[in-house]
Amino acid sequence: MIRLSLGKKIALYAILAIGAVSMLIPLLWMISTSIKQPSEVFAPGGGINLMPKYFSWHDTKVNGEAIRAWWGNYPDAWHEINFFRLYLTSIFVAIVGTFGQVVTSAMAAYAFSRLKFPGRDKLFFAYLATMMIPGSVTMIPVFVIMRTFGWVNTYQALIIPGLFSAYGTFMLRQFFMGLPTELEDAAKIDGSGHIGIWARVILPLSKPAIATLTTFTFMGFWGSYMWPLVTTITAEMRTLPIGLREFVGQHSTNYTQLMAGSVIALIPVLLLFVFNQRYFVEGIKLSGMGGK
Amino acid sequence: MSRHKRQAKITRDMSSRRRETLAALGFLAPNFLGFLLFTSVPVVVSLAMAFCHWNIFRPPSWVGLDNFTNLLGFHRESGRLIANDPFFWQYVYNTVFLMIGIPVGMAGSLIVALLMNQKLKGIAVFRTIYFLPTVCSGVALLILWKYLFNADIGLINKSLRLAGETIYSNKLLAVGFTILCAVVIGAIVTAVIAMLLSLVRWILDKFNIEGADALLKVLMVIAGAAIFVLMGAYGRSLYGTLNAFMMTPPKWLDTVQWAKPSLIIMGVWGGLGGFNMILYLAALQGVPSSYYEAAEIDGAGPWGKFWSVTWPMISPTTFFVLIMSVIGGFQGGFMTADVMTGGGPAGSTTTVEYYLYQTAFQKFNMGYASAIAWFLFAVILILTLITWKLGGRVVTYD
Repeated sequence: MIRLSLGKKIALYAILAIGAVSMLIPLLWMISTSIKQPSEVFAPGGGINLMPKYFSWHDTKVNGEAIRAWWGNYPDAWHEINFFRLYLTSIFVAIVGTFGQVVTSAMAAYAFSRLKFPGRDKLFFAYLATMMIPGSVTMIPVFVIMRTFGWVNTYQALIIPGLFSAYGTFMLRQFFMGLPTELEDAAKIDGSGHIGIWARVILPLSKPAIATLTTFTFMGFWGSYMWPLVTTITAEMRTLPIGLREFVGQHSTNYTQLMAGSVIALIPVLLLFVFNQRYFVEGIKLSGMGGK
Repeated sequence: MSRHKRQAKITRDMSSRRRETLAALGFLAPNFLGFLLFTSVPVVVSLAMAFCHWNIFRPPSWVGLDNFTNLLGFHRESGRLIANDPFFWQYVYNTVFLMIGIPVGMAGSLIVALLMNQKLKGIAVFRTIYFLPTVCSGVALLILWKYLFNADIGLINKSLRLAGETIYSNKLLAVGFTILCAVVIGAIVTAVIAMLLSLVRWILDKFNIEGADALLKVLMVIAGAAIFVLMGAYGRSLYGTLNAFMMTPPKWLDTVQWAKPSLIIMGVWGGLGGFNMILYLAALQGVPSSYYEAAEIDGAGPWGKFWSVTWPMISPTTFFVLIMSVIGGFQGGFMTADVMTGGGPAGSTTTVEYYLYQTAFQKFNMGYASAIAWFLFAVILILTLITWKLGGRVVTYD
């Protein structure tokens, strides 16, 4: 890499900054709206300012007009759509689903990468081939299966069809293939069986790949939209995205509350991102291996 | 080795092989059962359903190819060919139209990746900021964009109106803005003329024409004059159009002609620093610096280096991203339609995927919906096969 001249550096920073502002402004405006008074948002010509016109720590009156505390929209939104319940359902589904998917994928990946059995490569190819089947092809029959089992509007429907992933199996298998076999041989001499090797040698060596898959799968469950929409009926089975959608339906113009709700919904994902940024990036690179 | 021992070894090998197969069965069982129940069986069932009429309340009845002829077929009506399901073709058109965002977004992602690939302090902070829309993607972000696009109180129209009125009511700003418009037109015209001139020069060089330099000089003077005339003539009218646009901005999601462009703008914004950018960045970091040094020795400038080294070296990524985006694009648009537009206005944001959902889970026409799903499957299958066939040919692998 050539060292950049000062002029070029300033130009690059300027371009990057313009881009960064355009990325951030919508998000900042969401936060800003969530702490504004509804009257300010609807005022013609107003509402463009990022800083709210009225900012008070408690409910008060200004010139005879009732002014709510800046955080007032948050408890309103929280109670309005029962965020607590949505959070619980979403977290439960995402954690159980992610755990299950990572375990079944890691088990299958071990068989595909470390064990010899007749038809192994053919079966693996079949797994690969299914990755191009669009979700909408299988969705309707899986819904019918859920109905036959009587699982519509249950946690089983939200979790179980998502426990098995050809993609996760593929990703972990590729990683396992790259692991050295020496430790495994040592474990075999010590009398470890396959379960022991899997749990005590392969899994600990694969921490980065497993963390990446976990992050990705969690995000997948957390953001899943069409399937929960189709399989849930009652409010207490709704996941966060579906709850938010209904919130929009009921309060289509109450933007201060809607933005507060959106901020509340984004907090967990942002936290996960802050602590797991590395795995987000790694996961994307892995999924892009087809490009290499 | 004695015969007896050899026999014992073979038995031991066989039993250990059998043990290994049994272990493999155990490890595969959970995933494989799920794979059968939620992938293999559904695919077969889905195909069968595509040949049935079924509203899930009464048992299905076999209708042969009816679903497919109703979906894809045409009939003659007073001498003209009419689609049996004109809505379906409108939604296919919508789906393809929305994919205009793919090349635009890819170009944007590549530019961002090129910027991110520079050795600058604090670049990680920028990368995080550009990635934020991807992290936040989902219903909450769509709600935000619905608000941003709101015709009356959305940030976009409020900013446009404010800017438009400020410029209109301030003489100095209006003049400055007109000049800016003229400069933009001038820049575009200059670029076009420069390209034409270089073509002329190439032709002149090729045929070794006498007095080529003099001719080029004359052409350049004419071109300069043309630029000035065009700047003067169209700068003012571009200003007028833009100012009118800002004073009375479009009603974005509420109008048929702006709803799809709105969604494209939103998609490009969200994807700029996301998956594609990271894939491009990884590809850029994989280009050996010796290639750039070689190009430099050959006298290539930054532009030349990009087209002769970077672009061919990252072509596998471009190809991969493009194909994956198109495959995703055919299955896309469901959440956007459901949260932001309800597929409207007048079906202008209904995609194939949203139509499939409406058919299956609002009209409970499972057979017809399965036929739509298989149409999608066929499209994706064809794209994948093309990728396999062409992948090695159109793309440079080193």
